[in-house]
Amino acid sequence: MPKDHGIGASSKRREDVRFLTGDGNYTDDINIAGQTYVHFLRSDVAHGIITNIDSSAAEAMDGVLRVFTSKDFEAVGGIPCGWQVTDKFGEPMQEPKHPVLAEGKVRYVGDPIAAVVAETPELARDAAEAIVVDIDELPAVVDMKAALADGATKVHDDLTSNLCYDWGFVEENKAAVDEAIANAAHVTTLELVNNRLVANPMEPRVAIGDYSRGTDDHTLYTTSQNPHVIRLLMGAFVLGIPEHKLRVVAPDVGGGFGTKIFHYAEEAFVTFAAKAVNRPVKWTSSRSEAFISDAHGRDHVTKIELALDKDNNFTALRCETYANMGAYLSTFAPSVPTWLHGTLLAGNYTTPLVYTNVKAVFTNTVPVDAYRGAGRPEATFQLERVVDKAARELGVDPTELRRQNFIKPEQFPYDTPVAVTYDTGNYHATLDKALEMSDYANFDKRVAESKSRGKLRGLGVAHFIEACGIAPSNLVGQLGARAGLYESATVRVNATGSISVLTGSHSHGQGHETTFPQVIAEMIGIDESQIDIVHGDTSKTPMGMGTYGSRSIAVGGSAMVRAAEKVINKAKKIAAHLMEASEADIELADGQFSVAGTDKSVAWGDVTLAAYVPHNYPLEDIEPGLEETAFYDPSNFTYPSGAYFCEVEVDPDTGAVEVLGFTAADDFGNVINPMIVEGQVHGGVAQGIGQALLENCSYDDNGQLLSGSFMDYAMPRASDLPTFDVDHSCQTPCTHNPLGVKGCGEAGAIGSPPALVNGVIDALHRGGYPVEHINMPLSPSRVWEAIQSVK
Amino acid sequence: MYNFEFEKPATVEEAVAALKAEDAQPLSGGQTLIPTMKQRLNAPSKLVSLIGIDALKGVSAAGGVLTIGAGTTHATVAAEAGAYPALAALAGGIGDPAVRNRGTIGGSLANNDPAACYPAAALGSGATVVTNAREIAADDYFQGMFTTALEEGEIITSVKFPIPEKANYQKFEQPASRFALTGVFVAKTADGVRVAVTGASEEGVFRWTEAEEALSANFSPEAVDGLSVPQDGLIGDLHGTPAYRASLIKTLTKRAVAAA
Amino acid sequence: MTEVSMVVNGRKVSGDVEGRTLLSAFLRENLGMTGTHVGCDTSQCGACVVHVDGAAVKSCTMFALDADGAEVATIEGQAAPDGTLNVIQQAFQDYHGLQCGFCTPGMVMSAAALLKDNPKPSEAEIRDYLEGNICRCTGYHNIVRAIMAASGQDVPAVAAE
Repeated sequence: MPKDHGIGASSKRREDVRFLTGDGNYTDDINIAGQTYVHFLRSDVAHGIITNIDSSAAEAMDGVLRVFTSKDFEAVGGIPCGWQVTDKFGEPMQEPKHPVLAEGKVRYVGDPIAAVVAETPELARDAAEAIVVDIDELPAVVDMKAALADGATKVHDDLTSNLCYDWGFVEENKAAVDEAIANAAHVTTLELVNNRLVANPMEPRVAIGDYSRGTDDHTLYTTSQNPHVIRLLMGAFVLGIPEHKLRVVAPDVGGGFGTKIFHYAEEAFVTFAAKAVNRPVKWTSSRSEAFISDAHGRDHVTKIELALDKDNNFTALRCETYANMGAYLSTFAPSVPTWLHGTLLAGNYTTPLVYTNVKAVFTNTVPVDAYRGAGRPEATFQLERVVDKAARELGVDPTELRRQNFIKPEQFPYDTPVAVTYDTGNYHATLDKALEMSDYANFDKRVAESKSRGKLRGLGVAHFIEACGIAPSNLVGQLGARAGLYESATVRVNATGSISVLTGSHSHGQGHETTFPQVIAEMIGIDESQIDIVHGDTSKTPMGMGTYGSRSIAVGGSAMVRAAEKVINKAKKIAAHLMEASEADIELADGQFSVAGTDKSVAWGDVTLAAYVPHNYPLEDIEPGLEETAFYDPSNFTYPSGAYFCEVEVDPDTGAVEVLGFTAADDFGNVINPMIVEGQVHGGVAQGIGQALLENCSYDDNGQLLSGSFMDYAMPRASDLPTFDVDHSCQTPCTHNPLGVKGCGEAGAIGSPPALVNGVIDALHRGGYPVEHINMPLSPSRVWEAIQSVK
Repeated sequence: MYNFEFEKPATVEEAVAALKAEDAQPLSGGQTLIPTMKQRLNAPSKLVSLIGIDALKGVSAAGGVLTIGAGTTHATVAAEAGAYPALAALAGGIGDPAVRNRGTIGGSLANNDPAACYPAAALGSGATVVTNAREIAADDYFQGMFTTALEEGEIITSVKFPIPEKANYQKFEQPASRFALTGVFVAKTADGVRVAVTGASEEGVFRWTEAEEALSANFSPEAVDGLSVPQDGLIGDLHGTPAYRASLIKTLTKRAVAAA
Repeated sequence: MTEVSMVVNGRKVSGDVEGRTLLSAFLRENLGMTGTHVGCDTSQCGACVVHVDGAAVKSCTMFALDADGAEVATIEGQAAPDGTLNVIQQAFQDYHGLQCGFCTPGMVMSAAALLKDNPKPSEAEIRDYLEGNICRCTGYHNIVRAIMAASGQDVPAVAAE
């Protein structure tokens, strides 16, 4: 019998009511009296020297308040990078200045050169068009390998080259890995591209700056996944505004997927300009502008080699990756191809030796940063592709080759050769589950049925492991993070027993307003409706690090549990006093405090009332009130894992791929709300299928973006996707957080691309077309060309 | 977008008069024009909305000819062109439901997007484009990408489609825009077979005459087996090379014949 | 500026607009009805779908002046006056057919248009009909199920236990 409330119940989402009635409050829905509008004049060339900016005509236009250029920002800092990677020689990465508005040079199509603040958005745009900018164009640096060639044009003249860093991991293992590969019975090699993507949350970014001269208070309303991070980065590093004078509000946010983690120039601009013009300043991105101003994701070029012994045991893995940083370092960009990627290359396997080399490269393209999964999809894709290729080369079943090399259930906790310790997992269980769910045994019959219609059917298998619940602060500090990655919560109990939970996590689709109360309701035994969540406003919640890396329930939820435990402990003291019993004998269940072994009890609401009306109260021992805060810093990452199967059909005449079915058997540890967890997997899988089949952010040799709108960037539609078959019954709870949860937000996007590509390659092989690899997205033309290449 | 004067006449005559203003443009649904204007790629001084003109709306069949008013939406054609099922199906596959509720056949043909569906139907059917001034045979009407025989200020009032014995349209969608990456319209009439291709050529919609000859002799998919489409002038872009589009033209032609 | 008048969710409204004022902007800015969202500028995402004289249209691809005299229905008018969700809205909540909520107004309005024309659509018909509505969160799985449920058809249980 499924639960109908508390942990494990599919409680309906309370936030839905406002979203379903048009009553949400997204940033663009906010309009402040006296508001002005900014339009950014952006570079239409990828690389060049700004020789002159003449804004006199724009400034003379009626309704234009002011035109800003980099000169106006000389006294403020650049947009900071939040992570410093140390290269394989022990040196810090090269870190160029990232000005709010371009200084002297433009470095990508979309680089903001000037900004016009005017009375209406259209006026601001009209005026921006009247600005004359002279640019001496330079050759665009687009291809990563060419960018590293001797004599290549430099994106940043003050750096020694276009190499941000050359990272090796684990450097001490390199010689052993090289030797193992040289002496292996079999080596499978694959060169592949992890395609550049645009996150495209449906809500484009918006930022509104507001300023009060009377109080010197700044407010920034912004589409952010982590308002406190923005406050810290922008206040401390860019504008020099102390935290108590800077409030950052991220209200309802229409999806993030990573791209709303980062601190962007537009946020700093509107905050700065609101004071400069003494009026609120609003910026609303169009979708076309989003394509050239939101950080992109992925964009790795990789060679991977897997060594096996004569019994098909994995003996070593070597990976060489070029990772595109774009023109500037976005907030967490350096961490993505390194610590979020190299540490996952053991995958689900016992491979004893792993070495990764990553060269991060500056190019004249939009900055690249974390996108749903961030580094882990790249690791999983290359690993699961090369394992699949190895199975084919060796003539063994791809599920069996994986099973043979899996870390066994009894080996946990398992120390990988890439510095992480998996606490729990059972990869055999998820594989068995997926085999059953996908009706693997009857697959051959389905192949025959497709063949009778002239179609090629394939089944792709992929496993994944991810490190999420990001992250232990002391560990990431050693690895270069310039921030802590704890989470905070305040549990504020009101006098009549209702509760406000103030959390540093941020919900932009994940349903925290529903799931967090489920946890508190379970702990106290009161109705979920008695509990509300407050988030997204630095003036209301304790300093928190926000939502990304599948961390909300594992880290933010844990902070909330710890704060609730403090509340309950104090409430027990009050209850003990009220019932004249020993605190040690007080039990809390179903919203009643009782004295063990007696029929004495007092209701939750009576205790909370006593805390705020402390007439009969142990004032000498404890303070009145019932409100506690906790900061939770995890001791390890969490390690969700899963087995994903993707069944596809290829039309050999057109190259079109149809996804017929998708099976996801996940281990997320304990699950708070199955409905929401499944929804997270659906969405992640859809994005992974989007990456594998449809989405491609592509530049030409001049650095012009070829896929700059939904007319050329293919977003997954309903008709592109199948019904998903998802399961999360294989649960090995996390051992180091109080809820035993692992996080589920990114899994779908991590495991699905290799499952789909493996499926298409399987279909082609079964159909007599021995294609070894096709780079994503597997668009009809690419699949057709691959078929032609082996005809 | 740039501002403009908006006018919404009730008759064709008023519309023609309104379009005499300098840089005036007709607006017939605007499902392509408005996005273009948002990018500031188009700056009319005046937009003359034709959707208030009742005389431009409606679908009627008589004497083996289906006549569609230029201001008829794709949704209406999909619902009411039952006399010409291949055309109704084509209209029902343009864009998405909301776009089909606003976009019109006249707007589509006047714009002549190289990846639009209607040009393939008009050329493949040997339709006649009727304007406020004259009648233009489809073979004369389409003059290259975004270019037609329409004069400045001339507006389409209706399109006359001779109803063929058999016809079918095969659209292979560009995965992002959902326009035709390549689309092939095949119509078999007493006078022979016409094959019109959209989405594939830098010159816009065109007739594949070799296939027409082969299919006129033998209306079966196998009839085009021995043919190949020259790649010269075919579009090469992010979504497909000329070679790929050439292959699609052949594949889709065969499928259209089989489905007709 | 030209005055435009229309009936929005049964209420007669008017306002001064430019030729270039889109219906979506008129709703959001002139009327302050911010439930209708704008998620793209190429008429593809469908977050802005409203009904004009009973037909679903993309309000970001229609000029306000072209809606002069029209009956317009938006997401704000879908629930009952007492706040009770309509059958489609309720199904979206019951089947978790939304996450961030940004595409949701357009999804609900498109679903309403679909069910008006086709009261018992198949799964394939629903997916096909949603061609012009992009959701980045749900993978459409639960949107499809919500629309099936709203049409009174059987939907397997949402949460596998």
